[in-house]
Amino acid sequence: MDAMLPSTNSAATDLPAAVRAGLHPELACLGLTIEIGGLPLRLCAPDPDFWSLLARRYSNFIRPEAMAEMEFDLLPTAPDPPPAEVNLQIRCEEGRWLLSRGEFRAAFDLRSRRGHLACVPNPYSVDTLLRIVHSLLLAPAGGLLLHASGGIRGGRGFLFSGVSGAGKTTMARLAPPDVQLLTDEISYLRRGEDGFRVYGTPFSGELGIQGESVSAPLAAVYLIEHGAANRLELVPEAEAARRLMRNVLFFARDAHLVSQVFATVCELVRCVPVFRLEFLPDPRVW
Amino acid sequence: MSTTYIARSAAVAARRLGDEMVIMSALDSTLFSLSDVAAVLWEAADGRTPLDQIVRDRVCSSYEVDAATALRDAEEFVRALATHGILLVSGEPMESPVTQAPAASAGGKQQ
Repeated sequence: MDAMLPSTNSAATDLPAAVRAGLHPELACLGLTIEIGGLPLRLCAPDPDFWSLLARRYSNFIRPEAMAEMEFDLLPTAPDPPPAEVNLQIRCEEGRWLLSRGEFRAAFDLRSRRGHLACVPNPYSVDTLLRIVHSLLLAPAGGLLLHASGGIRGGRGFLFSGVSGAGKTTMARLAPPDVQLLTDEISYLRRGEDGFRVYGTPFSGELGIQGESVSAPLAAVYLIEHGAANRLELVPEAEAARRLMRNVLFFARDAHLVSQVFATVCELVRCVPVFRLEFLPDPRVW
Repeated sequence: MSTTYIARSAAVAARRLGDEMVIMSALDSTLFSLSDVAAVLWEAADGRTPLDQIVRDRVCSSYEVDAATALRDAEEFVRALATHGILLVSGEPMESPVTQAPAASAGGKQQ
């Protein structure tokens, strides 16, 4: 099936002729530069409606002036019958990453910094692509994506990590007005010169709203679970690493990259306190 | 009796966190925590030192255990880790394929 996809380097010229014919070059590919975690990626959508949808979806993260690190052509496709592949398939062949699930098909090359995504025009496919690309670019840079909600308060970042149902969105909903919401679902963090920083993301969960495009030094990580009372307990480093590894978003079965993610988690638990937080759904937890 | 040599797999990442050695198989992301004695064996698995010498020099000298019992436990541990592909076992000395020395815990928490 992947043989049907245009190669990464020729994706732009392989756009359907009907899309390009008669259109001004600027209109043939409407660009949108989306910066998450200080990393701008440019999406080129030939469909103005799709472009508008993405512009609304990622409005807090659009940076027209930013120099994109990678560029992707978005190729709208018609919906297929129910997908045969339930799980996302991802593999790397000679430096070229290939992703597929149902009607979702993507390919990109981190060296040429170009790629494409063929999908039904909906933001969820673009979310998936962005998460995967960012996770691959972050791994060697000492960063990762974590299942966690988060916010900035008093210039310090706090993350609330847990599996589905643990209370990530609840913690975001309970945030007082002076908290800047980073995300209610997927957090973005990266090691810098002065420790780890957290960044807002557009990736939303049940709350359905994108985070703010802001960042701050990471002050603490909380492994959350619903409880009968608010209770806080410092987690030993090894246990914290084990628990956090379960909540890291990483899709590639690449031993070298996985080792880099593990090293980042280990560095994280050494630098930042990790607590187990049992909480009641009450604003006093903040 | 044959001599056993052990070496750490290259497809493994290891870190000492606090007083625990945490090992991850990079092939399937499985995590292992090693006991103190197991960590001693892991750190000494250079592919060149015979297992019985490691047990004698590194385990029996530090822990109150007789050599036969320690060696039996060590062989069991080695078999278990070899099953998961994170230790290599051979009857001959091996070039150590280790890509990453276990890092010691260092640095303070950022507040």
